[in-house]
Amino acid sequence: MTPLSRELANQTTSPWLAWGIGAVLLFLVIGLGLAIGAVPIATRDIIDALRGIGDPSTIAIVRDLRAPRVLLAALVGAGLASSGGALQGTLRNPLAEPYLLGVSGGAAVGAVTAMAFGVVQPALVTACAFAGAAIATVVVTAIARIVGGGADTKLLLMAGVVVGAFANAAILVALADAPPERLRGALFWMMGSAADATWPAVARCAAALLLLGGILVWRARDLDVLSLGDEPAAALGVDVDRVSRQLFLVASWLAAATVAAAGLIGFVGLVVPNIARALGARQHRPMLLMSALYGAVLLVDADLLARTLRAPADLPLGAVTALVGVPFFLLRLRRLAA
Amino acid sequence: MSEAARPREQGAPLAFDHVSVRYAGRPTLALDHVSVMAEPGKMTAVVGPNGSGKSTLVRTLLRRVPLESGRVSVGVVDVASLDAREVARRIAIVPQREEPVLPLRVEEFVALGRHARRSAFGGMSADDHAAVESAVARAGIADAIGRRTDTLSGGEWQRVRIARALAQAAPVLVLDEPTTFLDIAHEMAVFELLDGLAQQGQTVLLVSHQLNLVARFAAHIVLLHRGAVAAAGDASAVMRGEILERVYEWPLVVTRDPAVGAPALLPLRGSGRHRERPSS
Repeated sequence: MTPLSRELANQTTSPWLAWGIGAVLLFLVIGLGLAIGAVPIATRDIIDALRGIGDPSTIAIVRDLRAPRVLLAALVGAGLASSGGALQGTLRNPLAEPYLLGVSGGAAVGAVTAMAFGVVQPALVTACAFAGAAIATVVVTAIARIVGGGADTKLLLMAGVVVGAFANAAILVALADAPPERLRGALFWMMGSAADATWPAVARCAAALLLLGGILVWRARDLDVLSLGDEPAAALGVDVDRVSRQLFLVASWLAAATVAAAGLIGFVGLVVPNIARALGARQHRPMLLMSALYGAVLLVDADLLARTLRAPADLPLGAVTALVGVPFFLLRLRRLAA
Repeated sequence: MSEAARPREQGAPLAFDHVSVRYAGRPTLALDHVSVMAEPGKMTAVVGPNGSGKSTLVRTLLRRVPLESGRVSVGVVDVASLDAREVARRIAIVPQREEPVLPLRVEEFVALGRHARRSAFGGMSADDHAAVESAVARAGIADAIGRRTDTLSGGEWQRVRIARALAQAAPVLVLDEPTTFLDIAHEMAVFELLDGLAQQGQTVLLVSHQLNLVARFAAHIVLLHRGAVAAAGDASAVMRGEILERVYEWPLVVTRDPAVGAPALLPLRGSGRHRERPSS
């Protein structure tokens, strides 16, 4: 093998250290997420409780409250991060992500509208979130096209922020007279939370992540090519308009699935793919997978902060991620402008 | 015979046959019955002032613009009958502008030239490796392997982009102003590289502003003016004062290139201080 073939053979394997550290971190934060809470539980008791041994109330806390909450946070983080990574590739903009693009907002409006009309089946609510995300995608791209005459990604982000603001307003109006015991409140949708996670919600989120995230990983080289630009991508044999539309929609639906499960959580999709790239995952296949890993770590961690920073109050998860994400956005913007 | 055994792809002719293009909402045609024939083993150049339709011609190959009439064919195949992947296997294009927004390593970037020949999953085949190796060698970028595309100089970046096109192992190579922003040494290096590829049997179609170098290197030149062919032929047929003055709307003189004897153009007017100095 010549040195070049060796380089190429190694190209999809990112630095193993980054993978290893990510895996260890994920294991640690999940452990912490199970251990920390209003009721302190010893490590050994947690392991016993997971296996169904010991005090019934401890088993209930670990198995029915903390485990689904931690797993949901992990899945939502993985989904948002890989969705953001794919959107950044299709739009060729490292600042793109589902929340700033208004796609998550559209999904939330879809879900809230369905519930305001009395829809209670979670699968149907999720389907409405998908529809809302798709409509938001169409509206945002239409605004950018009408205003700019082309697919300028800066205009796309501006249109996304505006649509997101509109979505928040729509959520507040739709839930103004909602019975709090029947519907989750506007704050849940607008700022996100994993607090009332259930096992069925975990299962739905996992299924969406496997299916939609799987499609993105499968089509990862199309993302590599799209991220070169419209003309280079066309020159390399990608039907640019069709493929970028498809992948944008799949990434939006992945974000919508997380919104249906945990509301609007911003900036995870922005921050994590940039971290994955900085850790050496340049091509989209390793980048999406590493984003999923670190997205899970980040959101389980954020959820830990959400329930401990001002305990016993449970902070909105989106508030925690925004506190981390906004400074990051500004730093990245500065580097991009430089 | 496997592709690995013939990395130096034999060319196929690329023919634009009375191609007309109209951009939406524009009254005039961007291309008006333009015919260009690029043959294997030769460098063919398309030249002309800004807005004369040079880049539109390349865009018809990327199918970013619909043809109003006419036909583009590669070999005996009508390009319109091919899908994007099939076009990329026959015609490798280096588009005019490209920025490394999400940078890759050079070898990863060049390997994307194989995209149209690879399945979604699965690694690089022996053919893929051979094509990339050959492209890296021919473009002379072995030193850049391992570096990130956002750390390359302008000259390296253009050669890396040409290497990606070579990795497509397509019989036709099309380049849209590949030497813009390059200094003299890098510009000459690109022209010599393309000249060598043509001599190896590749079909090379070059869109360029560099009339004097085109006159030196290209075997066939097509001069576009307001979307139509103003002149076509070898350098002596196209590089004529009266034609170029009319097309470029500037007084000029055609002289001899002292290096190789090809026709060369000098624009007139401008500062008179060099002439005045001896008499003052």
